[in-house]
Amino acid sequence: MERGAPVAYFLGLLVALVGFWLGMSGHFSPLLLTFGAVSVAVCLILAYRLDIIDREGAPYVRILGYAMYFPWLMKEIVKANITVIRACVKADLDIVPALVKVKTTCRTDLAKVTFANSITLTPGTVTVEVEGDKMLVHALYEQEAQPEAFEDMDRRSRIAADGKGADA
Amino acid sequence: MGDLFANIADFWGMVRFPLGAALCLGGGILCLIGSVGVLRFPDFYTRLHAASITDTAGAILILLGMGLMAPGWLVVSKLVAIFVFLFLTGPASSHAAANAAHTAGLQPVIGPIGQRSDDDDEAA
Repeated sequence: MERGAPVAYFLGLLVALVGFWLGMSGHFSPLLLTFGAVSVAVCLILAYRLDIIDREGAPYVRILGYAMYFPWLMKEIVKANITVIRACVKADLDIVPALVKVKTTCRTDLAKVTFANSITLTPGTVTVEVEGDKMLVHALYEQEAQPEAFEDMDRRSRIAADGKGADA
Repeated sequence: MGDLFANIADFWGMVRFPLGAALCLGGGILCLIGSVGVLRFPDFYTRLHAASITDTAGAILILLGMGLMAPGWLVVSKLVAIFVFLFLTGPASSHAAANAAHTAGLQPVIGPIGQRSDDDDEAA
């Protein structure tokens, strides 16, 4: 993976860990704050030794992109849920399961993971296999899982994970 | 002006709990529907879709409801953490299950299922 600005990733991880500790504990006595500081320090040292302080280990640089992607994803999840709930409670089963090959334009692993996870999160579609830039998707309704249906999600998750400048 | 805000706060305090309870109930019903789908759908992959209702809609509604009923911000922050981790790990586990089945050679049922043709005996 690229080694852009390790210090920024380090700081991002630090802020996230401190925020997580404070959110979990809620106590501000000196003793517990010391424990928190020690735990955060140990986590950072371990992460550094594991060499995972990189773009994937601390993806907080892209948090704005994800914050913009998330509402759209929620909307898609709600829409897909309605379809699948209807399929579940309908008196007659009328599903048309299908395996579809979806091509993605995502380049980095992070963008691919975002895209594949978004597909799996929306009910009615599950990513079965990822190979290079092709994904095998199992869908509940064939007519709703044509490759064009995923283009929008593909584009949006690429922008969320890589930024607008990343499409080449 | 302060009066208005006090009124809104009052109203919110009154409506918060029933709203949260209703959301929790809705989430529970969705989980139940998901289980019904798991029982009704024909094969492994389609059942996975039904289970993902429980994963997403059910979990979201229940967490929202619990957030509305939460006594303080500390609980809300924990619920947010649960939400985030659920959203990161849920699809990963579904994908792991689907991928394992695919790798093991389980063929999914493809094509229209259960569409009633002429052979039904009851005249609906």
